[in-house]
Amino acid sequence: MSTFTSGTLTGRELHLSFGTNHVLRGINLHVEKGSTASVIGPSGSGKSTLLRVLNRLIEPDSGDVLLDGRSVLKDNPDELRQRIGMVFQQFNLFPHKTVLDNVALAPRKLLKLSADQAREEALAQLELVGLKHKASARPANLSGGQQQRVAIARALAMRPEVMFFDEATSALDPELVKGVLGLMADLAGSGMTMVVVTHEMGFARNVSDTVTFMDAGVVVETGPPAQIFDNPTTPRLQDFLADVL
Amino acid sequence: MDLLDQLAETFFSWDAMVAIVPDLLTVGLPNTLLLAGASGVLGCVLGMILAVMGISRNPIMRWSARIYTDVFRGLPAVVTILLIGIGLGPVVRELTGSTNPYPLGIFALSLMAAAYIGEIFRSGIQSVESGQMEASRALGFSYGSSMRLVVVPQGIRRVLPALVNQFISLIKDSSLIYFLGLLASQREIFRVGNDAAGNTGNLSPLVAAAILYLILTIPLTHLVNFIDHRLRTGKPETTTAIEESPFAREGASS
Repeated sequence: MSTFTSGTLTGRELHLSFGTNHVLRGINLHVEKGSTASVIGPSGSGKSTLLRVLNRLIEPDSGDVLLDGRSVLKDNPDELRQRIGMVFQQFNLFPHKTVLDNVALAPRKLLKLSADQAREEALAQLELVGLKHKASARPANLSGGQQQRVAIARALAMRPEVMFFDEATSALDPELVKGVLGLMADLAGSGMTMVVVTHEMGFARNVSDTVTFMDAGVVVETGPPAQIFDNPTTPRLQDFLADVL
Repeated sequence: MDLLDQLAETFFSWDAMVAIVPDLLTVGLPNTLLLAGASGVLGCVLGMILAVMGISRNPIMRWSARIYTDVFRGLPAVVTILLIGIGLGPVVRELTGSTNPYPLGIFALSLMAAAYIGEIFRSGIQSVESGQMEASRALGFSYGSSMRLVVVPQGIRRVLPALVNQFISLIKDSSLIYFLGLLASQREIFRVGNDAAGNTGNLSPLVAAAILYLILTIPLTHLVNFIDHRLRTGKPETTTAIEESPFAREGASS
């Protein structure tokens, strides 16, 4: 993987309500520099919302978000998000642009690279995800797995300090899941700080350094994968694991 | 002369039609295209502003756009053209010294077109999946940049057929500018045909004008169908789908 400086991300006592719906009820999450945190839990437990609060796509009602120990809630949210890459369940590539332009757009406009530099950067990132040969294709002409790898390249092209994955493989056909998970594991192994919301228990167990189990807007249990999967202490986690494993 | 011959002479007198063709092509056609083209461009600019206001989170912006759209979509074209073209005449004369109603005609057409085009743009922008805005914001783009670079370009593409339809309407509505009283050199297709019909007491020149309108609008109608079809089915695929991934063996199908 290319050179990057990864950061330490902390969420403290995060609360968020949509009307009367209390989605996050005091979430604490600490992801050490260079480590990978998996967030697991049933649908509707607030996992995806947590990611969006951590990069301020949604502003929390209360609590704090720290990057390398410094609160970022008063920063310009656009500048914060330039430091945090995000990959979505539905890929969300820009369909009106070529694969190359999808990856080059943000470096060109936000990092103010020249057209040539942005192109070089984009091609380098596409090479890392194995899709340099698709640079001139449109997203619609790629398979789901290819689209998701382009989405990862697009996020990495901004040289983020942290990467978020929001159920990045949930929309993929089963035979395409492995390639994307392999890429994510490579990225984790290269020292990127990652927060991975996932239903892939194999990935959570084998790749992540910590696993956090959320349910109904609270962190029920958190710890190393071995502890979470082999010795769950709470009935709720035991029930959840019994359902998914 | 029986009735059929009389009808043919009234509507399809070859000599009368041929006689008016030079005027139709050198005076009427350029003016019609200028009126429709200029008000189409101006209408698109105003329409985009209206569309962005219409989806703004600021209720004052939203309501201003709403009221404007309701008013100008609700009025007959001829009423707008007369009110703007004649009503604003003295103001323009005061400011510029010009008594030419032609620019005011373009302005009136633009204001009307903007109301329709604004709604077309708004529906196009709102049809873009919310994930597009979210992905753009997640990269670090501001709301405005995300709109400009990601959402609006996709929205416009989807409403191209409706925009061409709007341009067809403008070609037809530009005929109403004659209400403002124009110089001989400013007459558009309808007025050229109508004048000749009035002078000769024969409707054939007007039929010639009608045929010229159809020559303009029918190809555009088919252009709409073509764009519509292309947007729904996509460009014919030419790239090959060969897979070579260092990470896994993915299927080549999408």
